Amino acid sequence: MNTLTRRLAAFPLVLLGVSSLVFMAIRLVPGDAITAMLGTEAGLLTPAQKQALAAYFGLDRPWIVQYGRWLWALLHGDLGISVTYGKPVLGVILARFPLTLELAVLSLLIALAIGVPAGVYAATRAEKGADLAVRVGAMIGQSTPSFVFGLLLIYLLSAGFGVLPAMGTFAPLWVDPLANLGQMILPALTLGAAFAASLTRIARSAMLDVLSEDYVRTARARGVPARQVIWRHALPNALIPVVTLSGIEFGYLLGGAVIVEQIYALPGLGRMVLDAILQRDYALVQGTVLFIAFNFMLVNLLVDLAYYGLDPRIRGRG
Amino acid sequence: MTRHLNGLSSLALAALLVAPALAPAQAATLKMAWSQDATGLDPQKQTAFSSIRLLELIYEPLVRLDAKLNVVPAIAKSWEFSADGLSLTFHLDPKAAFSDGAPVTSADVKASFQRLLDEKTGAAARSNYTSIAAIDTPDAQTVVFRLSQPDVPILAALAGVNAAVLPAAAIADGSVGTKAIGSGPFMLASWDPNAREVLTANPHWAGGKTGVDEIDISVLPDETGILAALRAGQIDLALLNDPLVATLVPKEQGLTLVRTPSISYNVLQLNPARKPMTELKVRQAISCAIDRKAVLDTAALGEGQVTGPITVPAYATDPAKLFCYTPDLAKAKALMKDAGYPDGFSATVIAATGEPATAEAEAQVMQAELKQIGIKLDIKMMELNVYVDAWLKGDFDMAVALNGGRPDPYTMYNRYFTKTGNLLKVSNYTDDTLDSLLNEARVTTDPAKRKDLFAQFDTHLAEVSPWIWLFTPYTYVAERANVQGFVPTPTGSLYGLSAVTLK
Repeated sequence: MNTLTRRLAAFPLVLLGVSSLVFMAIRLVPGDAITAMLGTEAGLLTPAQKQALAAYFGLDRPWIVQYGRWLWALLHGDLGISVTYGKPVLGVILARFPLTLELAVLSLLIALAIGVPAGVYAATRAEKGADLAVRVGAMIGQSTPSFVFGLLLIYLLSAGFGVLPAMGTFAPLWVDPLANLGQMILPALTLGAAFAASLTRIARSAMLDVLSEDYVRTARARGVPARQVIWRHALPNALIPVVTLSGIEFGYLLGGAVIVEQIYALPGLGRMVLDAILQRDYALVQGTVLFIAFNFMLVNLLVDLAYYGLDPRIRGRG
Repeated sequence: MTRHLNGLSSLALAALLVAPALAPAQAATLKMAWSQDATGLDPQKQTAFSSIRLLELIYEPLVRLDAKLNVVPAIAKSWEFSADGLSLTFHLDPKAAFSDGAPVTSADVKASFQRLLDEKTGAAARSNYTSIAAIDTPDAQTVVFRLSQPDVPILAALAGVNAAVLPAAAIADGSVGTKAIGSGPFMLASWDPNAREVLTANPHWAGGKTGVDEIDISVLPDETGILAALRAGQIDLALLNDPLVATLVPKEQGLTLVRTPSISYNVLQLNPARKPMTELKVRQAISCAIDRKAVLDTAALGEGQVTGPITVPAYATDPAKLFCYTPDLAKAKALMKDAGYPDGFSATVIAATGEPATAEAEAQVMQAELKQIGIKLDIKMMELNVYVDAWLKGDFDMAVALNGGRPDPYTMYNRYFTKTGNLLKVSNYTDDTLDSLLNEARVTTDPAKRKDLFAQFDTHLAEVSPWIWLFTPYTYVAERANVQGFVPTPTGSLYGLSAVTLK
């Protein structure tokens, strides 16, 4: 468990690094909350008015003071106030997070349900027609941008059938599960398809590697049925790269799927952070990025733990 | 404090009285969508169209503009300037009330304007009202603005939501930006920024009963998504910005597109502080080389009207009479030669991505047109905020812009082209003629005389060509057949929604 403790200790350090990077990056971009709110009308402000607005948005102090204050508040569990929402940042994030989490979970399930069987199937038919078909399909799935696939789905449904999942008026899962799933299925499919494509490719190549291992040959030589060799002996060992990739992708998805949320008008984290950047809502951007980084690291930690469960050889090394 | 308590108790009383009326058998809900949401709830401070659209439904100014841009009553039933033009008196509608039931009194008006004029508030619109020297309130229904100098355009400037009347109590307790309490037709029931907002009818609105009980607005960031939602019947009415999407609407059965000529204008701003735009002949050559109709037709599918500097119909000059509005390449080349640039020059034009939707296409068409007189344009697309930052600093050779129009040309151009204009560092151009014409129009009360002054201003400005005015766009409202009675205005106001009914 040495590695684990070391990684846990690195957690706050990485978060500190991320926070200071974001803090500076968002301030380096030209424009601030004042120009974001007023646009070109900001030119009409008198110096006294500018000063008053800068104080209101917390921009009147040097960066280092702003950062110190933000960090101090953070240590007390306070992520600050969003100037757009006029509410505490953490509350705003937590209000948007369930949708993002649900979308990520649904996409992961879709991707696993398609990607793993397809990859295994392709590996067992290596270099035959079926393998080729799966690989071409995966290539197309991976290289189609989500905005193309998403818009195509919307167009086909609304123009072809005159139906469309309700956009904008979002129904949370716990309020109206059916309506919610109706709204989430298309975005989840859009994200899941690309995700499934990369999983297929990884699962296929991992499977091919494992199938050429000595223990598989031994199992086959001992007359274990082919199906059992694949699903019992080979697959669990081929799952490590699949779990790694799933973990990384899932971690990304927890940060919000900006493009898909934009197309389907889902009020998730991705759109929120994009709007926050455009409106120069510094506290909200900082808080959200920190939240996303934390989730990403947490997921990766869980992935590492999963290795222990999956591969006895790693467990042995401790 | 007393007032505050009164407000609360009358609110409770009102809730008791109207509770049955608030829950009719079936509440009519208008489902709306737009792609850009409001950025805040303080009507005095917000300047973005997207914020003003929403706030105009919740707050009311003393007067408003009708569909022909005439000043008509809102909170004030009538008004008059004194003979010397140094005072402006408003008589308030005794029925006017805030959504919490408290009546709108002269004290609220006074408190609102004191807040607006206080530099600590940080209201950009303050500059339109700085001639207000004092505010008298002889009785609860009368307000007298004492002006430091005659100011005719102030009346039209008072018609905007930036001059909205707020409850004095909300100003005192600092809740203006958080709780939206106004005297407009609707009140804000909920607001989830950049996602959704719900408005309900204000039972105390002096205008009577609204056509619908509720407006449910979704923010759908992608306009093609809005079109799909309209088609699928999820949305009754939507605002659109992109002509490429809007022109698809009439092709759909059951959808109608309402086009309204706007008073805002698309323009190529030259920077006369930078060489060689410092030269009058160079600027004029650019004006002669650009085919405004071609820019409109190619970049915006012909969706708009070629315009001179003044866009308000009552004061605008026929564009055909303005300098070089008929493209003249030979003249342009001759001017370039006279100015000492026979082989042209290179310059950078900045534009904001998606603001307006046609910005990049406009820049490309003009790039091709200016190439004919040897000017090599380098197009630099920027994120809106980055663009605004560069624009405010005057840090550009040329800029493609969509600037807002005002009902009075003085208010519209004073900021750019008088010697005391606060945006002089953006326009970098003024001269004695422009300055004196605008300042004279400010104090002139005779409408015919004003019209003449603005016509001279329009003609002169087009001739000295600090900017190349291109076209006014349309504002678009797409509606399903069940929506009835929406009246649009050239300012893009959605106030007409108060009369909309659903079939």
